[in-house]
Amino acid sequence: MGAIGKHGPWALVGALGAAALAIVATERGEAVNALWIVVAAVCTYIIAYRYYSLFIADHVMRLDPSRVTPAVRHNDGLDYVPTNRTVLFGHHFAAIAGAGPLVGPVLAAQMGYLPGLLWILAGVVLAGAVQDFMVLFVSMRRDGRSLGELIRAELGTIPGIIALFGTFLIMIILLAVLALIVVKALADSPWGTFTVMATIPIAMLMGVYSRYVRPGKIGEVSILGFVLLMLAIVYGGSINDHPVLGPMFTFTGTQLCWMLIGYGFIASILPVWLLLAPRDYLSTFLKIGTIVGLALGIAFVAPHLRMPAITKFVDGTGPVWSGQLFPFLFITIACGAVSGFHALISSGTTPKLIATEADARFIGYGGMLMESFVAVMALVAACVIDPAVYFTMNSPAALLGTTPESAAAAVTALGFAATPDLIVQTAKDVGESSIISRAGGAPTLAVGMAHIISSAIGGKGMMAFWYHFAILFEALFILTAVDAGTRACRFMLQDLLGLAIPSFKQTTAWVPSILATALCVSAWGYFLYQGVTDPLGGINTLWPLFGISNQMLAAVALTLCTVVIFKMKRERYAFVTIIPTVWLCICTLTAGYQKIFSADPRIGFLAHADRYASAMAEGKVLAPAKDAGQMSQIVFNDRIDAALAAMFIALVVAIAAFGILACLRAFRADRWTALETDARAVPAE
Amino acid sequence: MLDAQQSLRDRWKTLSQCVCDGARLMVGQGNYAAYAAHVRKTHPDREPMTETEFFRNRENARFGVGNTSGFRCC
Repeated sequence: MGAIGKHGPWALVGALGAAALAIVATERGEAVNALWIVVAAVCTYIIAYRYYSLFIADHVMRLDPSRVTPAVRHNDGLDYVPTNRTVLFGHHFAAIAGAGPLVGPVLAAQMGYLPGLLWILAGVVLAGAVQDFMVLFVSMRRDGRSLGELIRAELGTIPGIIALFGTFLIMIILLAVLALIVVKALADSPWGTFTVMATIPIAMLMGVYSRYVRPGKIGEVSILGFVLLMLAIVYGGSINDHPVLGPMFTFTGTQLCWMLIGYGFIASILPVWLLLAPRDYLSTFLKIGTIVGLALGIAFVAPHLRMPAITKFVDGTGPVWSGQLFPFLFITIACGAVSGFHALISSGTTPKLIATEADARFIGYGGMLMESFVAVMALVAACVIDPAVYFTMNSPAALLGTTPESAAAAVTALGFAATPDLIVQTAKDVGESSIISRAGGAPTLAVGMAHIISSAIGGKGMMAFWYHFAILFEALFILTAVDAGTRACRFMLQDLLGLAIPSFKQTTAWVPSILATALCVSAWGYFLYQGVTDPLGGINTLWPLFGISNQMLAAVALTLCTVVIFKMKRERYAFVTIIPTVWLCICTLTAGYQKIFSADPRIGFLAHADRYASAMAEGKVLAPAKDAGQMSQIVFNDRIDAALAAMFIALVVAIAAFGILACLRAFRADRWTALETDARAVPAE
Repeated sequence: MLDAQQSLRDRWKTLSQCVCDGARLMVGQGNYAAYAAHVRKTHPDREPMTETEFFRNRENARFGVGNTSGFRCC
C-alpha cells in the first residue's frame, strides 16, 4: 500500500481527465464528442474535491468534527436542525442552482466551447467552490449569520452598509435580466406564452389545495400540478395553430414587458401560499428533474459538438455580446464558475442546518462543483446545435433583419453557412413562427435540449414538445425568482428606508409595503424596459452589468474570507482566497472601466450616449429611436448604465481597501482576532 | 434469506425517506416528526405545533418578513 495505494487511483482519474481535456482542446476539423467534455469536467471535479478542498478543510479552516454547529447549539426543530448531509446537499444545491449557470455558458459559446469550458473548470475549482465553502465555514462558526452581518462584524459598520447597498443593486439588475430572458423567450410565441400563463392558475389551484384541502401534502399536489403543466404544453401546440387563440396569445416584447412588471407587482403582494409557494414546488422539482434528464440525455445520446473549439469572435467582434475574451468572457460566465450570490445562500439557511463541521466540505465545495457541472451541460447543449442556428438565434435584429433570407445572408457573412431553409425548418421543428434574434440564452438552450432529448425520446416529432418544455422550465423558475426576489428586495428597501423614516419598517402595514414594492418593481422594470427596447437585444447591455455585479459580490465575499483567514493568524494560507479575489477584482474593474469609457459604442456606455447625443445635436434620428424624445431617452439610459457601472467599481475598490486595512491590522496583532462563537464540545445526548 | 429481505427493505425505506426529506427540504419544509420529537423531549411543558401549523410556519419562514432565505439564486 502506502503512497501508491493511497494516491494511485486518484492519479488515474487525473490522467483520464488530462487526456480528455487534451482531446477536447487539440481536436481540429473533426467534431468532438460531448462526452469528452463531460469526462474532462468530472475528472477535474473529483481531483479538486479530493485534494484541494481537503487542503482547505485541513489547513485553512481546520474543520473540527467535535465542534458544536449552530444547528446543534440552537436546535429548535425549525430553523436550526442538524440535517443529514445528503438531504442538506440537495437543499443547498436547489438553492444555488438557477438560471445563471444555464444562460451564461450559452452566451459564452459565441467564442467557441473551449474558452468557456476552461474558465468554468478553473473558475469553479479555484474561486467559486472556494468562496461557497469558505463563506459557509465563516457563517457556520458564527451562528449562521448572514453575509451583511458577517462583513459588519469582521470588517466594520461602513463596509457592512456598502455591501448591503451593493446587494440591493445586484438584486435589481438580476431581476431585470431574468425578466428580460423570459420576455425574449416568449415574444411572438403563442405556444410558450400560453403555457407560461397557464402556470398561474395551475399554481393557484395547487395553492388552494395545499391550504384548505390537504395541507402539507407536497408530493401529491406537485404531481397534480405537473400533470396539468404537461397538458398545458400539449394544448399549447393547438393554441399555436388556432386562428383566433393563436393571435390572442401573441405578444410583442414591449407588451410582455408591461405584463411582467404588472405581474411582478401583484404576485409579490399576494399571500405566499396562493402563488409563490406552490409554484416554488413546481419550479424546484422540475429544475432538478430536468438537470438529471439533461445529464442522462447527454450520456445516452453522446452528441457531437458542432460549434468550433474557438471562433474568431475572441477578438471582441462577436454579434451576441461585445468585448474581447478578457475580461468579458469571465464576466459572461459567472454562475457555474464563480457566483457572488452563493455567498448569500451559504450564509443563509444552509449553515443553520449543518449537523457537523465535517459535512461543510461536501455541501459547500461539492455543491458548487455540482452547479458547475450544470453550466458545463448548458455549454454542451449550446454547442451541439448547428452554429448557424446558434448565431441566427443570438444575433441582434439590427444585424440579421427580420426575414429568413436576410438572416441567412448575415449569418453566412459571419462565417457560418446558413440557408433560409435551415432557419425556417428549425423554427418549424420547434413549433415557433421564427427563431431569428431570440437572444437571452433560454431559447438557444431549449433548442439544444430539445435536440438532445428528442434524440433519446420521441424523435423529431417530439422536438417542439421538448422545446416548449425547456422554455417552460426556465420561465417557471425565473418567474419564481422574480416573485421571491421582488419580495426580498422590498424587505431590504423597507429596512433601508426605515433608517430615515421609522414607520417604513412595518412590513405588515399596507402603505409602506405597497410603496416599497412599487419602488422595487419600477427599478427593475426600468432596466427591463430599457433592455426590451434596445436594438442590440438588451442582453448586450444588461448581462455584462449583471456579470460585473455578481463577480463584484464574489470579490466582496472572498475579501471577507481573506480577512477572516488573517484574523485566525493563518495568513500563510491566505493565497487560497487572495488569488481569486485579485483575479475577480482585475476582471470586474477592467470590464467596468471598459463598459464606461471604451471608445467603441458597442461596448462603452458613454461612447454610445455620445453618438446619440451628437446625432441629436445635428437634428438626426438614429435607429431604433423614432423621434427626438426616444433619442434623449437612449442617451439618458446609457448614462444611467454608466453610473451604475461606476458605482460597482467604487464598491469593489472601497471593500478591497477596507479588506486590506483589516488584514494589516490582523497581521500586526499578536493573537487570534476573529470573532467566532465559543467552541464547545458536542453535548452528549 | 428472510433477514436479507428484511435488510433490503430497511435500506429501501431509508433511501426513500432520504429522497422524500431531501425533496421537502428543497422547498423549505423540514421534517415534522423530528420537530415534534424535539419539542416533546426538550420542552415537555409545550405542545408542539400540529402538522398543518408546522407546514404554514415553514412556508412563511421561507418567504416571510425580513427573511431572504427563500431567495434563490440567479
